[in-house]
Amino acid sequence: MSSNKKYWKSVEELNETSSIVETLQQNEFVQEIPTDEFLGDKESLESSSTTRRDFLKYVGFSTAAASLAACEGPVTKSIPYVVQPTEIIPGVANYYATTIADGYDFASVLVKTREGRPIKIEHNSDSKTSGMANARVNASVLGLYDNLRVKGPMKGEDVISWDTFMSETTSKLNGLNGKQIVLLTASMPSPSTDRLIADFKSKFGNVRHVAYDAISESATLDAYQAKYGVRGMANYDFSKAMTIVSVGADFLGDWQSGGYDSGYSKNRIPANGKMSKHIQFESNMSLTGANADQRVPMTPSQQRLALAKLYSYVVGVALPGDLPEGLDKMVRDAAKALSKAGSNGVVVSGIQDVNAQTTVLEINEHLKSKAFDPKTTVKTRQGNDQAVMQLVADMKAGRVGALIMNGVNPMYTLPNASDFEEGLKKTELSVAFSMKQDETSTNCQYIAATPHNLESWGDFEFKSGHYSMMQPTIRPLFNTKQFQEVLMGWTGNSGTYRDYIKSTWTQGVLGGASFNKAIQDGVFISGAVNNSASTTNTSTTSESEDKTFVGGVIDDVAQGLGLKNEEENTTDNLYAQPTVLTGGTAARALGNSAKSEGLELSLYAKVGMGDGQQANNPWLQEFPDPITRTTWDNYLTVSQADADRLGLTNENVANGGLNGSYANVTVNGVTVENVPVIIQPGQAKGSVGMAFGYGRTAKGIKEEMKTGVNAYPLYQNFSTTQNVSVSKASGVHEFACVQLHNTLMGRGDIIKETSLEIFNTKDKHVWNKVPEVSLNHIETPVTSPEVDLWDGFDRSVGHHFNLSIDLNACTGCGACVIACHAENNVPVVGKSEMRRSRDMHWLRIDRYYSSEDSFEGDNEKKENISGLGSSLSEFGEMENPADNPQVAFQPVMCQHCNHAPCETVCPVAATAHGRQGQNHMAYNRCVGTRYCANNCPYKVRRFNWFLYNKNDEFDYFMNDDLGRMVLNPDVTVRSRGVMEKCSMCIQKTQKTILDAKRDGRLVKDGEFQTACSAACGNGAMVFGDINDKDSKIAELKENDRMYHLLESVGTKPNVIYQTKVRNTSKA
Amino acid sequence: MKKSYQSLEDNSTHNMKQVIYRKLASNILHLGLILLFAFSTSLTAQEGDPTNGKSLFNTNCASCHKLDNKMTGPALRNVESRLAEEEGLDREWLNSWIRNSAAMIKSGDAYANKIYEEYNQTAMTAFPTLTDQDITDILAYTAQPKAEPVVAEGPAVNGGGGTGGASNNLILGALALLFALLAGALILVNRTLNRFAEEKGVDRPIKEKGTPIWKAFVQNQFLVLVTSIFLLLASAYFVYGYLMQVGVDQGYEPVQPIHYSHRIHAGTNAIDCKYCHSSARVSKHSGIPSLNICMNCHKSIGQVADEVQAEGLNEYGVDYNAEIQKLYKAVGWDVAEQQYTGKTQPVEWIRIHNLPDFAYFNHSQHVSVAGVECQTCHGPVEEMEIMYQHSSLTMGWCINCHRETNVKVQDNEYYTKIHEELSKKYGVDQLTAAQMGGLECGKCHY
Repeated sequence: MSSNKKYWKSVEELNETSSIVETLQQNEFVQEIPTDEFLGDKESLESSSTTRRDFLKYVGFSTAAASLAACEGPVTKSIPYVVQPTEIIPGVANYYATTIADGYDFASVLVKTREGRPIKIEHNSDSKTSGMANARVNASVLGLYDNLRVKGPMKGEDVISWDTFMSETTSKLNGLNGKQIVLLTASMPSPSTDRLIADFKSKFGNVRHVAYDAISESATLDAYQAKYGVRGMANYDFSKAMTIVSVGADFLGDWQSGGYDSGYSKNRIPANGKMSKHIQFESNMSLTGANADQRVPMTPSQQRLALAKLYSYVVGVALPGDLPEGLDKMVRDAAKALSKAGSNGVVVSGIQDVNAQTTVLEINEHLKSKAFDPKTTVKTRQGNDQAVMQLVADMKAGRVGALIMNGVNPMYTLPNASDFEEGLKKTELSVAFSMKQDETSTNCQYIAATPHNLESWGDFEFKSGHYSMMQPTIRPLFNTKQFQEVLMGWTGNSGTYRDYIKSTWTQGVLGGASFNKAIQDGVFISGAVNNSASTTNTSTTSESEDKTFVGGVIDDVAQGLGLKNEEENTTDNLYAQPTVLTGGTAARALGNSAKSEGLELSLYAKVGMGDGQQANNPWLQEFPDPITRTTWDNYLTVSQADADRLGLTNENVANGGLNGSYANVTVNGVTVENVPVIIQPGQAKGSVGMAFGYGRTAKGIKEEMKTGVNAYPLYQNFSTTQNVSVSKASGVHEFACVQLHNTLMGRGDIIKETSLEIFNTKDKHVWNKVPEVSLNHIETPVTSPEVDLWDGFDRSVGHHFNLSIDLNACTGCGACVIACHAENNVPVVGKSEMRRSRDMHWLRIDRYYSSEDSFEGDNEKKENISGLGSSLSEFGEMENPADNPQVAFQPVMCQHCNHAPCETVCPVAATAHGRQGQNHMAYNRCVGTRYCANNCPYKVRRFNWFLYNKNDEFDYFMNDDLGRMVLNPDVTVRSRGVMEKCSMCIQKTQKTILDAKRDGRLVKDGEFQTACSAACGNGAMVFGDINDKDSKIAELKENDRMYHLLESVGTKPNVIYQTKVRNTSKA
Repeated sequence: MKKSYQSLEDNSTHNMKQVIYRKLASNILHLGLILLFAFSTSLTAQEGDPTNGKSLFNTNCASCHKLDNKMTGPALRNVESRLAEEEGLDREWLNSWIRNSAAMIKSGDAYANKIYEEYNQTAMTAFPTLTDQDITDILAYTAQPKAEPVVAEGPAVNGGGGTGGASNNLILGALALLFALLAGALILVNRTLNRFAEEKGVDRPIKEKGTPIWKAFVQNQFLVLVTSIFLLLASAYFVYGYLMQVGVDQGYEPVQPIHYSHRIHAGTNAIDCKYCHSSARVSKHSGIPSLNICMNCHKSIGQVADEVQAEGLNEYGVDYNAEIQKLYKAVGWDVAEQQYTGKTQPVEWIRIHNLPDFAYFNHSQHVSVAGVECQTCHGPVEEMEIMYQHSSLTMGWCINCHRETNVKVQDNEYYTKIHEELSKKYGVDQLTAAQMGGLECGKCHY
């Protein structure tokens, strides 16, 4: 039986009488062309002095003038190199392996450069140990060409020279009279930087190094350190887990620095009748929860109790505290599943509490989980909350002589930023190493202009023994110096940082391997990895000092938990004792800490914005959030029940835009005002959520990008969960939300979905039925040639490209959206145009909510409604499924139909089909009738309503010379009035073919890639030539799970989808 | 940067003029000098044969020495007499130097070591096989006086031609004036005769005033219709023709900052196009060669042959040697010191072949894969003194070629299968680019 679920994208759709849905079903372009604004205004029309005749004269004159002007071609100059570098051939791309490490995101990447300009970031396939480049890493290349970067060192408002900077700061550093120098840096797991800081300490004596993460993982680090002696985080490999229980951990997002999605996806594709089972307990609807087989909404305090209970059920220790009956059963089921899975199970948690994290470690050790690898320390988070708090206190007390910051922005990210500001004024020297005039650097005496990651040298140890190299891919665009270079200057080291890294590596890391090879590969795994974790603990002075400082705190925690003695006794045979009794103490403490008063707030990081340091990146601002599909904003997510209680509303207005109430959010007397509200299906009742990273105010951020509200003031004590009070504020917020775009038109087979049980036991025709039409009164599948209106073409010769999208492996992370943006010169249109549904993304990821039960019952109920009173209550009940919907993500781009409806309606034949299966779009031929968009059943065509480049109205990257450097020279920049859409990266397929032709060989499987398939680390997108019978795509085309989008339309698309299988027993 | 270019150009034209005038003036003087020197050398020369010497010089010495300029080694004009006068070194010294300079340096000979140091410690190749006679011949050649290029006739002829052209115009003008006078005279005569006739009372026959032609024309509606249709068609034809060439720059031949002659490089010297435009093999761009490619040859070619220089001055009005100096200036090459100064000045060439942004063209596809000759699209480059756009570069032009040209499938494994299948499908032996899919929009527009 095929799933009977009804899918819906907005609560509004459940309301069958909604006029809005009705309107949207009729209109594809949601708003009228804005001529009304002008023509409708009678007054201005009449007062205008231009008569109709005059107008025609002007038109005639300007046409003649334009055609005359066109006769004289402009003189174009070509300036070749004087001495051409041997590695650069104009027109041929070079790739460099390097690293993006900005303190929040860490990824080994390949950078594509054209004529010396980095234009795109791709994943480094040599890197097996860290995750794929996410959306933010993909977008970071645009940060290089940010026109508002600091272009040279500054003293206050004045630009100074590096010589002045060095001499002034050096003399100040030397004249501190023993006062403390503090280095406040973002997480930098860099062996060479550690060594440099040690040099710096030995030169200046009284130096303290404090690591600070804007969004802290301090509790995780503390728990891990107490248990394993090293400050870090445990490594997880979800490809080894068959049962995953997550309590509030958004591990497909940024949980513990992220990068776990590709491993997770491996086990989500059913193979041999098996796939992993994922149970998620959480309050906000996160990306991870959206992918879970079973998602249990619960408030943060319930999560604490749930984790404690989970411990007690798995380990078998009775603990006090009671969950509500329904939830308790869910926890018990999860515990049962875990116990059954044994070493194939794993538990993770995102609760920022040492006890919670200790409990997680205990459970995983108890399970002997194969996915849990505590020996490999993940080092990409180093921040220490206590140390940061201590620093702010010291600064306020005037005990800090000099504060040197690198990669941090505490004035924006600290909850007590005013204390920090006060302390900053008391320091004798304050230097901020920054690319921006941000909230912090403008308050410092000196801004040391730093280069972008793509202009820098560096080395990083992501996990113990797993290294990643950073090398410059372009010469510094501005007069910048990186932190390490300046440190070297201060310590009197005259060499280059590259040589310094080399000496670090040849002395310690390489173990005889080639340094140049490590740079070329971009990644290096040391031979010591297979030994125990202790060997890779490269303890430097800084670390050991940190440890002493932190140690006091940690020891307290550890002793409080009764862990310390335990640890000392069991370090030798850590795994010998499966039952760690003291774990119970942690769990008990955890359970006791679960108190709630009123609403609870969970702060989180959005997939697009992270901690907010890339707020000036228009690609990321315009990136639709995977869950709410909102752009250019953050907001308070509220459950329907709480919204009703508080009087908060969301409504879709006639033009299809979403409007929402404002709310004031108060935590411990700190109020954040006018936060827009979104009613989020699946939000746990009694909880609200809010994202970090918005509400920037700094000088180095464009006006257009100063969107949203800053949530950091609510991040008190570095706790992501807070007791909160919410009150309605006046006003209506206009969201730029792509949620109600293009309704489903009642066609429910867009996402095909089944359960693992049915998938394993039933025939494919049951769960993946091909639609049938009546041909001579016989039901015939639409795929059979007899029912086709068109004659088919012979596509067996040459290449025939297909793109497969596996709905099981797709987590909705959106890396493909940004990769497509970068590859295809997709313009940014801004918030107001987004609200008008004029987004230009060639690739969108649709998110569909579905309810666990079928809607048949609801329909029946609706029929039986009698009278107004009963309709009110029963319609209300019908919305109940929205409390905990299931979610499915579906990337949709041009389907490249073999029988394309768009091609037949184009009056000028601007869109035509190629033999290789691609639907071509000739921009220069298009006259902009938009018939094609109207006739496209998938709504993937995008119209250029305006000129988006070199236009001050759209002041984003395409409007300045620097920003345009990121454009791909192989793809046309479209002009106003033409239609555009996904080309299936024809520039990439053509290049692959040409390379093969030039070498005189066949194209190998896997060589053909699109930008999205190359960016997808989860294996959800596979691209290739189905005429190559041995290829992976040919195999996927024949897969039982394969279906086409809207197959009944008979368009015969070249994009195929793989049916989503959920690991549940009911459909 | 632009400004400095302007000045560079100005200088060059200025120089060119100067050269022409100087040549003109000193012409006779030079002839006399040549005669004089020829006479005197025949007196002083020993048994040396300068003709044989020249050929020996070109075979053995020319790669490092020039007569008047420093190259890898010193300039050799009058080397024997110079050495004798300045250093007091005789023929014996020269002989042993030429046969084995390294040994002399080792022996500690003062001047030998001085020269060795002066030229960056580059040891001169030993020529033990040269006989005394050979050396004498070479020295005889080097002792020849510097011959000014025989350009004597050039300016004179040019001047003659110029006056010739002027006189033609003059004659034509005079003729036109004559005809105008004649016509005026006739009108006057006619008028006078009429006056006489009136005075004498002669009755001139008065013409019957019929309907004027234009009226008749207007009354004949058929004729009006036909004529207007014709006029409309004709104007449509011309307007269409005019509009179709908008943006087509066929024949575009801009003045470049350096007068680079493809005729000399690709024609006379038969240098392969892809020696300089090497990226055409692998890239979408053919690439304008960077200046270091020029210097591969021009490091040692600081001057063109006299005949070529003369030809340039006479036929094209360009001083090739001055153009080479422009290259040196741009690339920062110090001719005297034979080294790079590091002061470079990139050349801003005017781009001739401009495809619009929405058309994708890849050189390597055509050059490496299809093996198309450069001349197919770019015309007889080897005959072009100044590069111009040979083809129209319109889409129709591209398409025509794709329709007519066969795909080069030999020895290319990529094509083996697809060619076999497609040729069977179309029933042909040889597939054209169009049949291979070369007419699809998306192959060039994305």
